[in-house]
Amino acid sequence: MKTKFVKNAVGRMIPETINGKKVTPFKGVGKHRPTGNKYGPPIPTCIDFSSDGNKVVKSLNDALKKCGMKDGMTISTHHHLRNGDLVNNTIFDIAHKMGVKDLVWFPSASFPCNEPITKHLENGTINRIEGSMNGALGRFASHGKMKGTAVLRSHGGRVQAIQDGEVKIDIAVLAAPSSDVFGNANALDSSSSCGVLGYSKADFLYADKVIVVTDNLVDFPNMPMEIEGNYVDYVVVVDKIGIPEKIISGTTQITKSPDRIYVAELTAKFLEESGILKDGCFMQAGAGGTSLAIGNFVHQILKAKGWKSQVGFGGTTKYMVQMLEEGTMEHILDAQAFDLGAVASISENKNHHQYSVFNAYNYHSKGNLTSMMDIMILGATEVDLNFNGNVATHSDGYLLHGIGGWQNCLHAKNVILPIPLFRDRIPVIRDEVTTICGPGELIDVIVTERGIAINPLRKDLIKQMKKSKLPIKTIQELKDEAERICGKPRAIEFEEKVIAAIKWVDGTVIDVVKQVKE
Amino acid sequence: MAKIAEAGNYGPKIKSDCKITLQLKKNGGLKIEVISKVKALFDDQINKLCKDVLKFYGIKDAIFKIEDTGALDYIIAARIEAAVKQLMKTDKEYLLPMIPENKFQTKNDRNRRSRLYLPGNTPKLALNAGIHNPDGIILDLEDSVAPAKKNEARFMVRNSLRTVNFYGAERMVRINQLPMGLEDLEFIVQHNVNLILLPKCESANQIKELNAEIKKLNKGKRKIWLMPIVESALGVINSYEIAASENVVSLAIGLEDYTADLGTQRTNEGKETFFARSQVVNSARAAKIQPIDSVFSDVSNMEALKQNVLTSKSLGFDGMGCIHPRQIPVIHENYAPNDKEIDRAKKIVNAFIIATEKGLGVVSLGSKMIDPPVVKRAQYTIEQAINVGKLDSDWRKE
Repeated sequence: MKTKFVKNAVGRMIPETINGKKVTPFKGVGKHRPTGNKYGPPIPTCIDFSSDGNKVVKSLNDALKKCGMKDGMTISTHHHLRNGDLVNNTIFDIAHKMGVKDLVWFPSASFPCNEPITKHLENGTINRIEGSMNGALGRFASHGKMKGTAVLRSHGGRVQAIQDGEVKIDIAVLAAPSSDVFGNANALDSSSSCGVLGYSKADFLYADKVIVVTDNLVDFPNMPMEIEGNYVDYVVVVDKIGIPEKIISGTTQITKSPDRIYVAELTAKFLEESGILKDGCFMQAGAGGTSLAIGNFVHQILKAKGWKSQVGFGGTTKYMVQMLEEGTMEHILDAQAFDLGAVASISENKNHHQYSVFNAYNYHSKGNLTSMMDIMILGATEVDLNFNGNVATHSDGYLLHGIGGWQNCLHAKNVILPIPLFRDRIPVIRDEVTTICGPGELIDVIVTERGIAINPLRKDLIKQMKKSKLPIKTIQELKDEAERICGKPRAIEFEEKVIAAIKWVDGTVIDVVKQVKE
Repeated sequence: MAKIAEAGNYGPKIKSDCKITLQLKKNGGLKIEVISKVKALFDDQINKLCKDVLKFYGIKDAIFKIEDTGALDYIIAARIEAAVKQLMKTDKEYLLPMIPENKFQTKNDRNRRSRLYLPGNTPKLALNAGIHNPDGIILDLEDSVAPAKKNEARFMVRNSLRTVNFYGAERMVRINQLPMGLEDLEFIVQHNVNLILLPKCESANQIKELNAEIKKLNKGKRKIWLMPIVESALGVINSYEIAASENVVSLAIGLEDYTADLGTQRTNEGKETFFARSQVVNSARAAKIQPIDSVFSDVSNMEALKQNVLTSKSLGFDGMGCIHPRQIPVIHENYAPNDKEIDRAKKIVNAFIIATEKGLGVVSLGSKMIDPPVVKRAQYTIEQAINVGKLDSDWRKE
C-alpha cells in the first residue's frame, strides 16, 4: 500500500499516517484547535496497595514484571540525569531478557549515554523512539534501521501528547535522587542530585503504572514531594542511579571561543539598542556557551543601568543564579538545573522556584509562559531565507538532535538566534532548511559574526534599528556572504522512507525526516 | 618506491583544514579518494578542485587522498600545491583570484594599535580574525610555525593574503629571520601584503637587504611597509638606524627574546625592560615613526592587560601585538585618550580653529602660547577619541 502525502501549511509533504495512526498536518501557528477531553489513566484503588505504605520491591526486573510489561507497550522515562543516567538503558536490557518485543521508548530526551539502546532497536525489543534522538540513535534512525517511525516532539509537545491521549504511557520508570517507601520523590540533597524532576510530572500523572527508581531511600515523608507517592505503584532501590559528574551538562561554561563571544556581545548590543532589554523584562536563555555569554553581557548592562529582569526562566545555571544574587534578576523559574550552582541555589534562594514544564510549555493549556517572555535566545542548525528554523537535522540530512524546548520557546515576543554564519564550511543560512522545526513567522532576529538579519515581518524592530551602527543586513545578504566564503553546497538526496516525524507544539506534523542516501 | 608527499593537517581536533597524501605514478590514471566531513554537501566541489589543481601541474597518473574537515577551496589548493611541490620542481603557482577587498594599500601613519598574530599554518584561526576588528592581522611564518611545516605554511599564507577577507585590517606577514626570511618574500610580495614584519632585527643593513629583495620581486611597485622587531640587546642599541631606514613605518619590540638575551626574566613590573622600551620609543619618535610594544601573553587576564597597555601608553608606545582576539578591544580602549586628555585636546583644537579663523599667527589658550606640535598632537588625540567612539565626529557643534 502506497502512503499518501499531503502538503502542510509550510509546504512540506506529510504522510497521512505515521506508525499506523492518522496524523494532522501542520495548519499554521495557532490554527489548530483541539477537541474532546483530556486523557484519563485507569482508576486505581488503595486496596491494591499495602496499608503500611511500603511500595518497595526488590528489583527493577520485579517491578516491571508486576507492571505487566508486554509487547508493544510504551515505556516513558525522564532525562534529568542527563548523560550520567544509569537507569534508562537497564529497562530495555531487562525487557530483552524477558523476551518482550516492539516496545516504544518515550523519553523526555536522550543522551550519548543511551547509545546502547541501539542494540535493542536492532534486536526488536524496541520498535521505535518517540522523543529526542541525539548522536548514535539519530544516526541509526537516519540510516533507516529503526523498525517504526521516530516521532520527535518538543518538551511541551510531549506533555501535550500525553495529556491529549496521543501517547498512552503504559509504564513510567522515573529515576529519583531520593524517595521514601511510599514513592514521594525529589531531586535534592543526594549524591545524584539533579535539582528538579519537572519533566516527569506528566508521566506520573498520566501513566498507567509508575515505578520510582532511587539510590537514596529516605524516611517518610520525603519533602518536598516533586513526584507524589499517591501516583506511584512501585519503588525500586538500586546502588546508583547516575554518575554525578555526568549529570551536570558539559555545556554550562561560558564559551571561550572569541568568535562566539563576539556574537554574544553583538546580540547583547542588539537587545540594548532595540529596546527589547528593559527594566522588568522576562527573559530566557539556554545553557549553551554562547547563550551563557549573552546572559553575562546582559547582566552587565542591567547592572550598569540599575535595571532588573523580573523573571528568568529555563534551564538554570550558576550564571543565572549570579544574576539573582547580585540583584539583576528578581525570580528564577527553574525547569531544569544544569549545574551544581543551580542545584544548590534552589535550596538556598527563596526566589529560585522549581517550575515544571508541565505548566510552562504545554500548548494545550490555559496560557503559555513562553509567550510572556520578552527575550528568548535560541540556537539552530539551519535557518532559511524565510526564517524557518531547523534544530533536529544537520545539513547532510542526519537526524542528530532533539527539539527540546525550542519550539515552545518560539512563542516569545522576541526570538533571537545567535548562530555562526557557517560551521566547518557549511553555511547555516540556506535557501530552505533541511527540516522545518519552527515556522519563520516566529523567528525574529538572526545574529551572526558577519551581520544581523531582522525578519521583515518585524517592521517595528527594523525601524528601531534604522540608525544603528550595528551590522544590520538582510538574510539574503548573509546567505550570499556565507556562500561566497564557503561555496554553495549541493542539494542532498534522500531515500523515500520516512524515518521520523517532527511534531509541532499542537500535535500536528510540521515536517518529516527521510532516510539519508548513502 | 616512489616518494609519498604529505601536506596539511587532519585529526579529531583539527577544523577547517585538510591533509593531502600524494604519490606520483607512471601510469594508471588519477585515483582520487575524498574523505570529508562535509562530503554530503561539497564532494563535487572538492573533487573538481583536486582534479583542477593536479591537471594544472600536469599530473595524470597518481594516487591522491584528501582527508578534510571543512577546508575552504583556498586551503585545499594550498595543501595540494605544497604536496605537489615536494615531488616536482616547477615555478607554476596555482592561484585563486585575489578578492577585491584585498586590493587596498595602507598609509604609512595609519592606526597600528593592535595587530593580531595568526599562526600561518593554522587556517581555522584566520577565517574569522577580521571580524574582531584589529588594526592589523599578522600571518606568521616565524615562531608559530614548526620547522617541518615552514614550506607548506608559505602556500597557506599566500593564499590567505589573496582570498581571506580581513574586513579592512592591515594585512601583515611576519617572515622568518634573515636569511631564511628572504625566501618567504616570493610568496607574499606579489600578493598585496601591506606590511612585512622582520623579526630579530639588529641592523639597518638587514633592512637594506630586505628592501632590495622586495624591490626585485615587487613588479607592481606597490608600497610595502616594514615593521622591524627589535628583540636583542644589539637591536636595541641599533634601534635608531633601523627606525630611520627606508619603508620602515613602525618599530616593534619583542620582550621575550630580549630578556633572554639580557639573561634575565620578564616580570609584570617590567623594570628589566624599561630601558629597552624607552630606547625603542625614543628611536622611533626620532625617526618619526610609530613605536610598537611587545605582546602581552596572559590571554585570560584582561585587567593585567589593561594595566600593561596603560603603562605602555605612558611610555610613549602607539600600539602592541595581540595573540587573542579578546585582547583587541582592551588594547583599543586603553591606548585611546582618556577623558582628561580629550578635554584638553578639545580646548587646544578649539583655540587653534578660532585663531585660524581670526587669521592670528599665534595660538593661545588663556595666557599660554600653544606650539604647533602641541596642536598637532591634540588633533591626533581628537581623531583617536572619535575613532574609538569616545567623542562625536561633530563635537564642536555641541
